[in-house]
Amino acid sequence: MATLLIAEHDNTALKAGTLHALTAAQKVGGEIHLLVAGSGCKAAADAGAKLPGVAKVLLCDDAAYAHGLAENVAALLVKLAPSYSHVLAPVTSVTKSAMPRAAALLDVAQISEIIGVESPDTFVRTTYAGNAITTVQSSDKIKFITVRGTGFDAAPAEGGSAAVESIGGAGDTGLSNFVGQELSRSERPELTSARIVISGGRGMQAGENFKMLEKVADKLKAAVGASRAAVDAGFVPNEYQVGQTGKIVAPDLYVAIGISGAIQHLAGMKDSKIIVAINKDEEAPIFQVADYGLVADLFTAVPELEAELSK
Amino acid sequence: MKVLVAVKRVIDANVKVRVKADGTGVETANVKMAMNPFCEIAVEEAIRMKEAGKATEIVAVSCGGASAQETIRTALAMGADRGIHVQTDVELQPLAVAKLLKAVAAKEQPQIVLLGKQAVDDDCNQTGQMLAGLLGWPQATFASKIVPNGSDATVTREVDAGLETISLKLPAVMTTDLRLNEPRYASLPNIMKAKKKPIEALTPDALGVDVAPRLKTLKVAEPPKRKSGIKVKSVAELVDKLRNEAKVI
Repeated sequence: MATLLIAEHDNTALKAGTLHALTAAQKVGGEIHLLVAGSGCKAAADAGAKLPGVAKVLLCDDAAYAHGLAENVAALLVKLAPSYSHVLAPVTSVTKSAMPRAAALLDVAQISEIIGVESPDTFVRTTYAGNAITTVQSSDKIKFITVRGTGFDAAPAEGGSAAVESIGGAGDTGLSNFVGQELSRSERPELTSARIVISGGRGMQAGENFKMLEKVADKLKAAVGASRAAVDAGFVPNEYQVGQTGKIVAPDLYVAIGISGAIQHLAGMKDSKIIVAINKDEEAPIFQVADYGLVADLFTAVPELEAELSK
Repeated sequence: MKVLVAVKRVIDANVKVRVKADGTGVETANVKMAMNPFCEIAVEEAIRMKEAGKATEIVAVSCGGASAQETIRTALAMGADRGIHVQTDVELQPLAVAKLLKAVAAKEQPQIVLLGKQAVDDDCNQTGQMLAGLLGWPQATFASKIVPNGSDATVTREVDAGLETISLKLPAVMTTDLRLNEPRYASLPNIMKAKKKPIEALTPDALGVDVAPRLKTLKVAEPPKRKSGIKVKSVAELVDKLRNEAKVI
């Protein structure tokens, strides 16, 4: 029994998702090999070699993986997976696209976004926007699994000394081509790894009002998120979305501003350690999950909050 | 250009789902059902392709029990031309649905297959990717803009850090994200007209597909409840609590 763990990285460093997924891989048991596929990604592979519990790092440095095109990444997984009993990956837009494609090509099911490992063939995941916790058992020869970071603590990043082995890729399938990207530039921490998240909802009324939240976020070194309603209304881009079909977060502190607390938003943040809600509607469902609720108009409360944090 | 759209019948996204007391699943008796919201976006996109003169025919397909027909009718009422119902009472998992859709695609030869990125019941986010793999076609998941252009398509995708644009050769599989479009409501005359549109009935056997589930559900449980907290009276009190009681800032 051995696990192929797919690293989330930016070619130079590993991302937090890798450390959470490593914990899940350790719960499965067996030897763990870390796959670092990318272009110019040796530094990330070297970082992977330091992870305690990783027996070997497979470095696949090839231009075909520069942009994480699903067809190419899946072809690589199809080539490597038959040597393993488990293939685990942190949930990212690349693994969400490539893992099911590879699983189907190997005629195995995928178990998406697990939050628990019961045994090497039994896993826990959420369904219905987190309103049901489902335990499933797989009879497939290779278990394809994506790991929800909030379900597992981050493993330590230092202390190991695995060998790095360079491997060949599976070629460029030529099925799709990367054209370009528009990435949000932000000095703030990433939503899924931030210790504090401050999110705005429909109550923010306009995109420009998110500046108020950004000021508070800067004081708290927090990431800024949003509810689906705020994204739908065009206040902020989709990558801000916290919820069932957006990002799943579980920070130490989650501050919900002008968010009513629809089921699908709660699915993305209800495992946060401390939840604060500021909303002028005292009946808003968000207050049912909030540790600290403040019934107030956000347009007075948020500037007050910023001032209070400066004291 | 023919467009195949897959649609799934799920518990209405606005319903508060209840777990059955015996832990075998969730309560579905007398619960409002609807088309999965991301599938509605897929149907809408196909209709817009037809309105723009890019698509010539829209075929809506659904797999599942007899009631899946109602979801196909909804797609027909929105503007799809005809339906295909792959009828089975077996619990369908994404790999099985992908295999059924592959067989339907082989029959229909569409240039684009559109699916929702995720169903809001099982939250798997797999079927489109699996279908693309089985067909050996390119895929574009989480699409927020689709521009078909002859034998290619350019798709803008919602990725973790922003937007990414890729180009694909057709035929291809695409899955829809939230901001692709805002689905229309079916008008009453169109609902009436949809009743006359044809729905072809197929079965997994007829398509030669083994749909036996690969994953066995051992238990379905309620999530742990959060204790409700307290209401604070002022911002100053809130900051004090966060600093001195919760100690998170």
